[in-house]
Amino acid sequence: MEATQLIKVTVDGKTVEVPLGTTIMEAARMIGPEVAPPAMCYYKPLKGSGGKCRACLVKVAQGSEKDPRPMPKLVASCITQAQDGMLVENFSNPDVVNARKGIVEFLLINHPLDCPVCDQAGECHLQDFAFEHGLGTTRYEEERRTFETEDIGDKIQLNKNRCILCYRCVYTSEQITDSRVHGVMYRGDHAEISTYISKAIDNDFSGNVIDVCPVGALTDKTYRFKSRVWFSKPVDAHCTCEKCSGKVNLWYKGEEVIRVTARKNQWGEVEDFICNDCRYEKKKTSDWVIEGPTKTPRHSVISANKYGSNTIKKPEFALKFAAENFKNIEDQREYNKTLEEIKKSEDYKSLMSKNKALLSK
Amino acid sequence: MASDIKILTDRINIPGIETFEVYRKNGGYEAVEKALKKMSPDEVVEEVKKSGIRGRGGAGFPMGMKWSFLAKPEGIPRYLVCNGDESEPGTFKDHYLMKNIPHLLIEGMIVSSFALGATKSFIYVRGELMYVIRILEKAIEEAKNAGFLGKNILGSGYDLELVVQPGGGAYICGEETALLESLEGKRGNPRNKPPFPAVKGLYQSPTVVNNVESISTTPWIINHGGDEYAKLGIGKSTGTKLISASGHVKRPGVYEIELGLPVEEFIYSDQYLGGIRDGHHLKAVVAGGSSVPILPANLILKTANGEPRLMSYESLSDGGFATGTMLGSGGFIAMDETTCIVRNTWNFSRFYHHESCGQCSPCREGTGWMEKVLFKIEHGQGKMSDIDLLVDVAKRIEGNTICPLGDAAAWPVGSAIRHFRDEFEWHITHPHEATQKGAVFSNESILV
Repeated sequence: MEATQLIKVTVDGKTVEVPLGTTIMEAARMIGPEVAPPAMCYYKPLKGSGGKCRACLVKVAQGSEKDPRPMPKLVASCITQAQDGMLVENFSNPDVVNARKGIVEFLLINHPLDCPVCDQAGECHLQDFAFEHGLGTTRYEEERRTFETEDIGDKIQLNKNRCILCYRCVYTSEQITDSRVHGVMYRGDHAEISTYISKAIDNDFSGNVIDVCPVGALTDKTYRFKSRVWFSKPVDAHCTCEKCSGKVNLWYKGEEVIRVTARKNQWGEVEDFICNDCRYEKKKTSDWVIEGPTKTPRHSVISANKYGSNTIKKPEFALKFAAENFKNIEDQREYNKTLEEIKKSEDYKSLMSKNKALLSK
Repeated sequence: MASDIKILTDRINIPGIETFEVYRKNGGYEAVEKALKKMSPDEVVEEVKKSGIRGRGGAGFPMGMKWSFLAKPEGIPRYLVCNGDESEPGTFKDHYLMKNIPHLLIEGMIVSSFALGATKSFIYVRGELMYVIRILEKAIEEAKNAGFLGKNILGSGYDLELVVQPGGGAYICGEETALLESLEGKRGNPRNKPPFPAVKGLYQSPTVVNNVESISTTPWIINHGGDEYAKLGIGKSTGTKLISASGHVKRPGVYEIELGLPVEEFIYSDQYLGGIRDGHHLKAVVAGGSSVPILPANLILKTANGEPRLMSYESLSDGGFATGTMLGSGGFIAMDETTCIVRNTWNFSRFYHHESCGQCSPCREGTGWMEKVLFKIEHGQGKMSDIDLLVDVAKRIEGNTICPLGDAAAWPVGSAIRHFRDEFEWHITHPHEATQKGAVFSNESILV
């Protein structure tokens, strides 16, 4: 067999050699996180994922060495194969930046933005994406689409309000388990992730849908409201498990294991899917062999200190604005006459005398 | 200048043409005999290439070129799929063809399948047209009994099985890859491209998807030759096109025109639409089905350069989207001054909101957003900033989606605001009048 052909791809001025057949996204990831496009639906371990969220749109300024024409439209980097000599513009192209702002806006118009009460906050891809690529404001004034939260099985809660329809959980249940009872129903903006007639997901690997969910739509009920992500410490651990590889992350709060998840790589992708026994049942340190603190850089706006004082607009601005405008409001309602005037009035006197009479009884 | 030649509808008024006997007596299935007995598949492809016919489904991609892109790996079946999912608001030509002259489509399917080497071909018809599906199935049965379908057709050794598949009634299943997903029995979500259907289509095999009208034209091309077909029409828009005309015209209906007919003649000549209804004036035209940009009367009759506009792919798109539109699928909707463009745009938008498949985020969220804002403006609750918001949202959907539905949803909104901004502003500055029944603001200077 011939050695794999290597091709040269340049993303934002940085060149890398990759095997033929690599997507632009994978090539950019090889260069590093500074040029890698964001991904909300693409998930390398899941076959067929990608192309849906359009967060990873990039501009191809030169198609290839042989055919240097630029591609007319922005392309989804997660599904477009790189060609030899391709020039890709990611963060350096204003059209891409603008399109991504649009994608953030679209993804957020029906998102409840309930991060303060969401278990996913701190490791939420949408939070990171919106923070890095979006605007601080919204132009959406219409009603948001809402659903009731639903339990799928006794361990997983489905909150469809937060769902961005990335289809990752659908691919997961399709590809790592035998039977699929979980899919997308309806279409358009009324499409929803659901199990058929609220059927519980009942198989040994169902818990993995929690790990692949980029937002807080699928959350672990055994971990519900136990801690914010950034207050817990991840530790690599393993155990001998008959069903899965047994390689997990234990999340400690103090001495207590509050959550078990699969190990994720730098891009937030699960390395080995784990079974439900490991995830839900083994929550004691004695169940595990500890390897040491997790070394993977954590993908989180909070760990990256993006909510730090230097990067966020302080509320003083809003307070000042409110205070200035408050001054201009003149209250002309009746009850705002001076108390003295009211006390002189006949109504007041008669009312007070009635009160006295009542009290003396 | 344009001749009266009819390619598709010449025999449509013969009584009983939907039956095999009458169709056969009137020159039916001669193309099958000619192709299967005297021609090789490559020669058929060559004729279609020579004819220069462009796909009649809306995009206008040259059909012969599409056929020649078909991958031909050994040992893998190839498929021909006919797209009869016609669901574009304003377009009803395929319905008319299939209903009245089903054997023409079947003859075209046999010839085309032979050219492409497909031994099993599908006709995907939208589910609402159940009676048309029955007509087609009956016609297929008749053709099979006469030996034009099935094993060893006319002793040529070529086998073909033809299957009619009803769709579930989704607009998105008219997009070719969504159609293939639907045909495979899956949810009708468009696929990511590449790979294109010509390489990996139905059941991961090379597939050609063609519109009903395109396929129905192939028998004529085989009978008369591709060169003869290329003589019709104008420039790269060769041949004839079915136009389904609706709206405020005197004689709405399906017309077969030779491409290159002036739009003015098409609207006002008694042979065609017969003009706008009495006492009214033309205000706007949607020339190719609801997806294409709407044009005001002056720009549809004459291009921005003052040349008369013709019914052809090139002439209608002259001036780009700033002052032009597209021929699309030929759904010609004429509107007079009683039409409220805001309401019309909202109605189109409501359609795309309802029909978006929900797979990719710009289309899923954007179509709903545009619809809600347009609803507000139409009902007198809009703000001036909403107009620019709509333009911006439309721009951010356009080109950023998996399939062209995003574009189709964005174009009508963008063009309506581009050409009729004063009407949107009137709705905002006169909220009370705008909500009155039948109240329309029409700028009289643009009426023709």
